[in-house]
Amino acid sequence: MTDRIYADITRIIAEQAMVDVDELTPMTRVEDLEMDSLAVVETLFAIEELYDITIPFNANTMDSGNTMDSEGFDLSTISTIVTGVEALIADKGSLT
Amino acid sequence: MTRKRVVVTGQGTINPLGASVADTWDAMAAGVCAIGPLEIDDLERLSIRIGGQVRDYDPGDHFSRQQLALYDRFTQFALIAADEALDDAGLDLDSEQGLASGVVIGTAGGGLNTWDSSYRAVYADGKNRVHPFVVPKLMNNAAASHISMTYGLRGPSFSVSTACSSSNHAIGLAFSMIRDGMSTIMLTGGSESMLCFGGIKAWEGLRVMSCEACRPFSADRSGMVQGEGAAVFVLEEYMHARDRGATILAEICGFSMTSDAGDIVMPSTDGAARAMQGALDDAGLAADAIQYINAHGTGTAANDRTECRAIREVFGSNAKQVMLSSTKSMHGHLIGGTGAVEMLACTLALNRGIIAPTLGYQVPDPECDLDIVPNTARKADVTCTMSNAFAFGGLNAVLVLKAGS
Repeated sequence: MTDRIYADITRIIAEQAMVDVDELTPMTRVEDLEMDSLAVVETLFAIEELYDITIPFNANTMDSGNTMDSEGFDLSTISTIVTGVEALIADKGSLT
Repeated sequence: MTRKRVVVTGQGTINPLGASVADTWDAMAAGVCAIGPLEIDDLERLSIRIGGQVRDYDPGDHFSRQQLALYDRFTQFALIAADEALDDAGLDLDSEQGLASGVVIGTAGGGLNTWDSSYRAVYADGKNRVHPFVVPKLMNNAAASHISMTYGLRGPSFSVSTACSSSNHAIGLAFSMIRDGMSTIMLTGGSESMLCFGGIKAWEGLRVMSCEACRPFSADRSGMVQGEGAAVFVLEEYMHARDRGATILAEICGFSMTSDAGDIVMPSTDGAARAMQGALDDAGLAADAIQYINAHGTGTAANDRTECRAIREVFGSNAKQVMLSSTKSMHGHLIGGTGAVEMLACTLALNRGIIAPTLGYQVPDPECDLDIVPNTARKADVTCTMSNAFAFGGLNAVLVLKAGS
């Protein structure tokens, strides 16, 4: 996990979840942050814009208790998000 | 003041299922799915590539070049539906009748295709002018105004824009105006045409759209699918309709509007339940009088579960008996036009005894364990129906219709 991507993602999530960035750790569970549906969507948008990637996510297939989207992006913890974003950035690099 | 009775004496439509009520009813009865690959500009830049489009449609078959300079696609659809509705009603309004008649049309996006193509012209194509009629073409009241102008309806006319509840609000207001003696004949319904690059791109952002199908109430649902089109009804004061020997397709007997006052996108059980109960109370009916509910049924997890909870709350022990279906699985979500096209499923049930099905049902969802008439239409004697609409913004509108007599 690169420090820069971790720092970017915790900054974005902290802003949307309205918590101090120091309260977040790689193991912080997204559902514990009690973000509403719009905050989750805005978070993904901010990450997509920052790295020019497309995160596969459909709000209808992410039920409570099941944070693995059907298309495979794991939103359960900050660590899984960072790992997923790193993979998307790598995929993008392999295309160019 | 004695309240007047309000009946439906005409109906017309153009939607993904068909370019007339007869074709639409046949398609609903046959369980046809009109959702398919979209054919629009810049499709390759969209992640959502399916929708309920009105296909095999040539505006030139219906309108002159001069008319089309003023008619956005949503206005075209509304005018086509209104023409069929008036013809169906057997009404040729004279000057005096026109004074007591009006039109209320629901739409969420209005002339969205006109916005989209005009922005494209100035921003993407670098043009320095747009067509001189852009403003009158894109305004939300354009459809209502052109119907008023075409048929000489000189009473109260306006447009209603409450997102996905626009049509039900429009029909309910037209109903209320006749019931209270403000008008004798009202054309009402809704129209929408958002299937353009900008329209879909905006919806993609909310992450609620499905890439593959609209499967309301099915546990493996993946979201909503957009459609386009219009339906228009002729509402008439009952004595006026009876005296001229009109065929009565249905009687609108209850209407209720509520607001969630909660979240801008997440629906509330309480707001939906109060709207359904309010419409029953307005009709003076108990819940067990309703045999069929045309659900809002968008195919999103948030809507479907909330709606089913609200139905269980209002219908109690009868919730498992009432038939419920979402025709959005066939024609897509027509946003501001959706309630009007869906009211055709209610008139189909009341006049033909056919319940339009909920297509795409594959896996039971324990939170939606009601009789959703899965996949195949059903024969049933129906005397009373309900039509639900619950909009973004928490604005709910529910209609109750009973068989004409």
